[in-house]
Amino acid sequence: MSNFEQSVIERDDQAPEVASARDFGFAGGERACGRCGSAELGQTDERAARASLRAQIARLEREHSQIVAERFPHIRAPAAMPAGPECGPALLDLGKLERSRDALAAAVQELRASAIDRLEHEGRARERLQRMRLEPGRYKFARLPVRDLGQGVCGVWEVRPRLGLIGMLAGWWELKLSSGCPLSRGSRSTRDPG
Amino acid sequence: MSGGGESARGWRALEIEQELPELHLLTGEAMHTREQPLTGTSPSDVRRRLSELSDRFRGARAVSIRREPVPAAYRVFFRHIGLEPDTERTPIEAAVLERMVRGGFPSRGLLEDVLLVALVDTGVPVWALDAESVDGQLGIRTSREGERLGRSADAVVLPAGRLVVADASRALAVLFGELAPGHEPHSRTRQLKLFAVQVAGVPSMVAEEALWSCQTALQPR
Repeated sequence: MSNFEQSVIERDDQAPEVASARDFGFAGGERACGRCGSAELGQTDERAARASLRAQIARLEREHSQIVAERFPHIRAPAAMPAGPECGPALLDLGKLERSRDALAAAVQELRASAIDRLEHEGRARERLQRMRLEPGRYKFARLPVRDLGQGVCGVWEVRPRLGLIGMLAGWWELKLSSGCPLSRGSRSTRDPG
Repeated sequence: MSGGGESARGWRALEIEQELPELHLLTGEAMHTREQPLTGTSPSDVRRRLSELSDRFRGARAVSIRREPVPAAYRVFFRHIGLEPDTERTPIEAAVLERMVRGGFPSRGLLEDVLLVALVDTGVPVWALDAESVDGQLGIRTSREGERLGRSADAVVLPAGRLVVADASRALAVLFGELAPGHEPHSRTRQLKLFAVQVAGVPSMVAEEALWSCQTALQPR
């Protein structure tokens, strides 16, 4: 795991249980026994390390879910690795828990970056919308989907000439929000021709 | 517990008690007293309940459900036991996803419908076994080398170390997975053994409610 990924995990809080397994004297699942001689104490330490990793996984999973739920549909969870036939519920050892934690930390890191990119994109879109509203004549026929503003998935802001051709010739431009989501049963004219 | 049977905590192997102290198996008996067979068409009250629950789930809730306390607890637990919840969905997320894809909760027979109602109502998954095929109390342990899932000679051999729900003599289900063939309730089953998996973050009352929901639905007053 990179230093950055470790900082991702530890960024939000500095709770005492948030610690790498290495803090407990383990590396790659092997116990580096230098500070105690008792096997029993080693087992206790290792169990505490696993509990710490589970706490980290729980925290990362909550953040992962929060980003996905709050930013849907603009941000989707990174594709997970398909489970192989050998995968199944088991008590994970230290190494497997570390790998699981690292994979989740990487996914959260990717989601955070996507969320930041998305926020910047929406910020730029809002500024553009503001300019279109203030000076519509400079943005003739410019279109800005509301999706870009993070305000839904259907509808487009568009600078259009007021009164059609007359407005075009006279230079009367306005910003209009056109359309919304299509009706689930189709338009009235198709639904009810009579 | 009124209306249905009692619920009790199942046993846990020592290693599970030490590693996952908040994992519990909640078990209960249920007597099937309805006229319809368990595998047959659901009565109207159960189908109506399914339909009401279908209306409760819209697209937005389907996405945000992963943040609700009980579904979130199962997502975390899945990661703790090596399951990837975005690949191998938690029971409640799988049910909600199917609701979105199919436009409703389809009726699949009395027992499956009753278990689904309990799951969607509480977020806690419940499974049912034919009580006659269960030997003693249910509990959670890891599978042994070469152990089969169930009593059938051609039953699948489990890899060692898999988390299983077991009775006194054999593994009867993979945790959050398939039931052992030959131990599922069939059309003539009257006595059922129900079990729910309670994980860290799921209040006991909610897990008990899931069992109670199944018990009362199978044995209405």
